[in-house]
Amino acid sequence: MSNNVQSTADPIIICRDVHKWYGNYHALRGITMEVRRGEVVVVFGPSGSGKSTFIRTINRLEDHQRGQIIVDGIELTHDVRNIERIRMETGMVFQQFNLFPHLTVIDNITLAPIWVRGWTKAQAEEVAMQLLKRVGIPEQARKYPGQLSGGQQQRVAIARALAMQPKIMLFDEPTSALDPEMIKEVLDVMVELAESGMTMIVVTHEMGFARAVADTMYFFDQGQIVESGTPDQIFGDPREARTKLFLSQVLSH
Amino acid sequence: MGANTPTVSKTAEALPPPTERSSIVRWLHKNLFSTWYNALLTVVMLFLAVLIVRGVLEWAFTQARWEVITANLRLFMVGQYPVAAIWRIWACVALLALLIGMSWGVWGGAQRGGAIAFGALPFILAIMTSDETARLALLITGIAGVVGYALSWRWSAALRRISIIGWILYFPVLFVLVSGVGADDSPIPPVPTNLWGGLLLTLLLSVVGIVFSFPLGVLLALGRQSSLPVVRWLCVAYIELIRGVPFISVLFMAQLMLPLFLPGVTIDRVVRAMAGVVIFSAAYLAENVRGGLQSIPRGQYEAARALGLNPWKMTLLIILPQALRAVIPILVGQFIALFKDTSLVVIVGLLDLMGIARTVLAQPDFLGLQAEVYTFVAFIYGIFCYLMSAFSQRLEAKLHTGR
Repeated sequence: MSNNVQSTADPIIICRDVHKWYGNYHALRGITMEVRRGEVVVVFGPSGSGKSTFIRTINRLEDHQRGQIIVDGIELTHDVRNIERIRMETGMVFQQFNLFPHLTVIDNITLAPIWVRGWTKAQAEEVAMQLLKRVGIPEQARKYPGQLSGGQQQRVAIARALAMQPKIMLFDEPTSALDPEMIKEVLDVMVELAESGMTMIVVTHEMGFARAVADTMYFFDQGQIVESGTPDQIFGDPREARTKLFLSQVLSH
Repeated sequence: MGANTPTVSKTAEALPPPTERSSIVRWLHKNLFSTWYNALLTVVMLFLAVLIVRGVLEWAFTQARWEVITANLRLFMVGQYPVAAIWRIWACVALLALLIGMSWGVWGGAQRGGAIAFGALPFILAIMTSDETARLALLITGIAGVVGYALSWRWSAALRRISIIGWILYFPVLFVLVSGVGADDSPIPPVPTNLWGGLLLTLLLSVVGIVFSFPLGVLLALGRQSSLPVVRWLCVAYIELIRGVPFISVLFMAQLMLPLFLPGVTIDRVVRAMAGVVIFSAAYLAENVRGGLQSIPRGQYEAARALGLNPWKMTLLIILPQALRAVIPILVGQFIALFKDTSLVVIVGLLDLMGIARTVLAQPDFLGLQAEVYTFVAFIYGIFCYLMSAFSQRLEAKLHTGR
């Protein structure tokens, strides 16, 4: 991955001093981060640390009140057209999958390409079938989400996000709602995606995944970035006491 | 019932052997005679049931003077609609049969028993009737239904679109045929609405009520959730105002106020009643749809937005389909209530099925035949309500595939 990163070193996501409040609660306290094309970023930290809130500001599922977020050269403001352009370039995978239960797997995947990108149904279905093969479940295309296991649903959700051919993929705790035996099948898909050169921001507690594919890791606590670095630095020689404590808690078992 | 004589099959070996000879005896014992007071209750109720059923049958077959119905059947069905123009009503009925046949074939799926029973109905009625024109019309209706059904077996895919277009076109065609156009010498001369009546008027009021209040109710429900304060307040005000007022007063308001609001325009009395039904029903529908909208988890909105869907596409493609599906039973329940509530138009002087019943009872020949007339009217209402509720159950079963 690192060679990917060096060959195209221009940042695709720039966050400068991003702040967010929920009423009086200061959820994000000055996040500054740059993500280069092809970089795989892992964000981790205790619950309530603002990591999910942060990743959701990047496609503006949450708005920020101060600072600047620039995605692929477009600054996120209240301008609705900019928001829709950025959402077209940004795929998102949720903890709870959020598949559309009234649509079949293939219709889940083709919906946005047809209605947002304006593809024909045939074109969209061809791409959808390729993606289902890529995530390993082409035989489930005509089923409904409720008929699939959690791991299969999450792989469909990844295929659905990829169908828009995004430049960036955001993963918000993609394996947290899964039974243990299904985590690997989802992580395998994500590893393959990372190796293909996709720009990814992943909020996760899967430290094995982070060690294997992350270019940069950010440790969040209380709405701030406490520490960042390569996996070798973070796991081998964490500088901050809070990072050490958190790692000892998640790695102890 | 076949369980009376247990047959040995391969799967039966895996099941525990039946402990009692007859499942009927077992069922009776378990459900009706399990304790002494249950047994007593069963006997008393059985006695009462026999008494009532025997009384009703005896009345229906020996005492009841059903000629009040047969003599006034046309009045019950179409009111004072001119005899010369009744073929137009029959044409609507036959077209409806064609559409139902087609749609049943396309979407009805495997349930062939219901289709055959439904398709046989016009033919049975044709045999029963003594009126030659009605017999011919019923035969045409039956054949139209069968043809529609047969077509769908052949060209199911093509008919899918055609039948949807057919349904959309049906309602304007229905109104043109029933109300007529042009001068008095046109092939379908206008029929003034004060001649519309009976079941025809009841059905027209209900259909218009359902077809127009449904989209209005959905829009009101969406408006109530809007982020634009003015839209939200207007919708809330409308919904709460209408829900705080009885249906009868809405009907009166529609009769008296609409002409005041639109001076110079004379709006037909029936149209005003239809407006009243729509205005009233939309407010209740809006609340029911809102219930469905609130049952949609936040994640669905987020996933739709994250994919780049704009608010309209998100609502139409993701939110509404799920919200409406969740409230089908409530919506159909409300449509059934609307259908029955149309009988209140009597108080603004329209002669729907109930209104006709009252005029028939005022005929000197048939004084005092309330039991016969109201039984017949109840029977008609019952059939239509049952059909609506059966349709809703089929729809639910069909839409819940794979959940």
